[in-house]
Amino acid sequence: MADKRKQVCLKGTGLTKVFGIGRQQTVAVDHVDFEFYEGEIISIVGESGSGKTTLAKMLLGLIGTTEGDIYFQGKKRDISSQKKKKEYWKNIQAIFQDPFSSYNIFNKIDSVLLDCIHMRGGKKLPYAKKLELMTEACGFVNLKFEELTNKYPFELSGGQMQRLMIARIFLLKPKILLADEPTSMIDACSRATILDMLMQLRDEIDMTLIFITHDIGLAYFVSDSVYIMERGIFVERGSADEVILHPKEAYTQRLINDVPKIYEEWDLSTV
Amino acid sequence: MKHFIRQAFRSPNFVAGFVIFAVILLTVFIYPLIITDPPLEIIGQGTFFEPGIYVNVYDSIGSPHHTLKLSDAAAKRIASRLGDDERLAIKEWLVAAGIPEAEVDTENTERLIDQWVNTYDPAVKIPGMTNARRNYYIRLETSLRGLLSTEGVSIAAKNAETAALEEKSTVTQSDYVNVREVPNVRLLLLGTDNFGRDVLTELIAATGVSLQIGFVAGIIATLIGLILGLVSGYVGGLVDDVIMFVTNLFTVIPSFVLLILISFSIGQDKRGAVTIAVVIGFTSWVWTARAVRSQVVSLRNRDHVNLSKLSGHSIAHIILNDILPYIASYVVMALILQISSGILAEAGLSILGLGPRTTEVPTLGLMMNWAMIYQAQILGFWWAYFPVIVTIALIAFSMNLMNTGLDQVFNPALRE
Repeated sequence: MADKRKQVCLKGTGLTKVFGIGRQQTVAVDHVDFEFYEGEIISIVGESGSGKTTLAKMLLGLIGTTEGDIYFQGKKRDISSQKKKKEYWKNIQAIFQDPFSSYNIFNKIDSVLLDCIHMRGGKKLPYAKKLELMTEACGFVNLKFEELTNKYPFELSGGQMQRLMIARIFLLKPKILLADEPTSMIDACSRATILDMLMQLRDEIDMTLIFITHDIGLAYFVSDSVYIMERGIFVERGSADEVILHPKEAYTQRLINDVPKIYEEWDLSTV
Repeated sequence: MKHFIRQAFRSPNFVAGFVIFAVILLTVFIYPLIITDPPLEIIGQGTFFEPGIYVNVYDSIGSPHHTLKLSDAAAKRIASRLGDDERLAIKEWLVAAGIPEAEVDTENTERLIDQWVNTYDPAVKIPGMTNARRNYYIRLETSLRGLLSTEGVSIAAKNAETAALEEKSTVTQSDYVNVREVPNVRLLLLGTDNFGRDVLTELIAATGVSLQIGFVAGIIATLIGLILGLVSGYVGGLVDDVIMFVTNLFTVIPSFVLLILISFSIGQDKRGAVTIAVVIGFTSWVWTARAVRSQVVSLRNRDHVNLSKLSGHSIAHIILNDILPYIASYVVMALILQISSGILAEAGLSILGLGPRTTEVPTLGLMMNWAMIYQAQILGFWWAYFPVIVTIALIAFSMNLMNTGLDQVFNPALRE
């Protein structure tokens, strides 16, 4: 991505989230600064409870921030009204960790995809055109729309559900996609497929991709830059090669050692 | 939805409750179509007629008489007239006159009469017997002779001119009328109450009114609770604090005390059945609101709600489509319990005399109130209050059974 003119699309300064009051206070995210560039693939790596998901939810605007500002495309993010939020969400979308709980079990698959078309302003399109769009999106993720129509999400397998999530993003074409551990609930075979599809989608619609993961191997494999998060703070940041091949922090070293390797003995000394 | 209903009907508890409730409901709807008497019409002159078939005496004289020769008819007639006191007195006399006690059996009417007729002699003086007692025995003898007579009875009417009695016909002891040929027969399955009203007709009308009160109260309570719970749970923040503050206020004040105070202050003449239902509804929404709120709080951070937000849906859309269906089963169960407790609350209020005003409609609670005021429970007129208790218990029981059954369907942990 070095050839592109580097333009900051999402920037945070002193971003903080505190839960609870008084003694029960927990600082989930502690004065975090970052700059995500357009078209980049970013990984935020950390163990469970390090504040990754809280940060993701703040970026998505699903929860408020305690302190700090978020800048979107150079301007301070404004999501004070429902209308402005909707506008913001046209630009930033997410894929969640657990595909089984991501769908409303009472809605059919059609309505999930139709919602996306409507959000892109296609409410008045003729139904045939909508059908074409839905079929195209499903085709992109190797699903057959004819087999899915009038079905409920829970009738699908976990891998299919997560692929349907990607189809959703394909229809929405956001500028930024936040993938919160998109493969952690899926078996290893489907995992490669899902990652491959995400990469394809990124090339197709040229978006910024933010991976939230605990898997440093995955982060190294896909990302341009890596942020290591420990207890709400970015302890290390930089390009993937820099951070993972030459880690400076003990925590990063530990995360790397935690990944089992096939031809080596698993180093459990740092756990 | 169809799936849930099919599931519910597989639960034996739900089916049992549903059948009982459906029978009650059908009775309430069908009975007034067949028996169209107004439920509060006073038919009996007097209080608390026993349950039974009431045959018009005047009509039965005019109906065709049939002669049936039944050997035990006389004995039955006497047995029904001879009370326990008389039997004991006869036994006392017979034993005193020298018949061994073992041979006297007060239960065997025929033999007792036989022994009496053969032994009794008014001239015999039994030592230690007072004159008054002797006269009692003479009176007893006379009345028994009357019972034992085989003569018929004359039916006479007064001549309008001479004022003399003229015999119209006679009724012999072996005359019978067919009940179906008597034009006026009234079946009072549950007798009459203190005002002389047919208890059964009144009870069924009262059940209908009580169910209406329960439904109105339950729906109002559930609606208020649901709306407040949804808003406070989903919106959170200051709105949540304010709503929960009000809810906690209502939780601290016992709703029944509030109910008593409100219905007292409304005044007797403004208290109709609907007013009472509304008052009950407005005082019993509290726990529904709290329960719905806690369910919504746990739902609002689920991924499917987040996804719906990211799809640009409005708050109203999310509450209606992503929250409400998930708690619908719970709300239905709460509604059933609210209806049942609404009926009970009305009964409680009416027993205290704070129910709907008494002149227009009967309710189950009012029937209990009337029975209590006229001391039916002390005097042993069970038909005036016991069927009411059974009806209230059956309604509450059937609704709780349905609720338990639904719980088994919706809560996988309880499924067998």
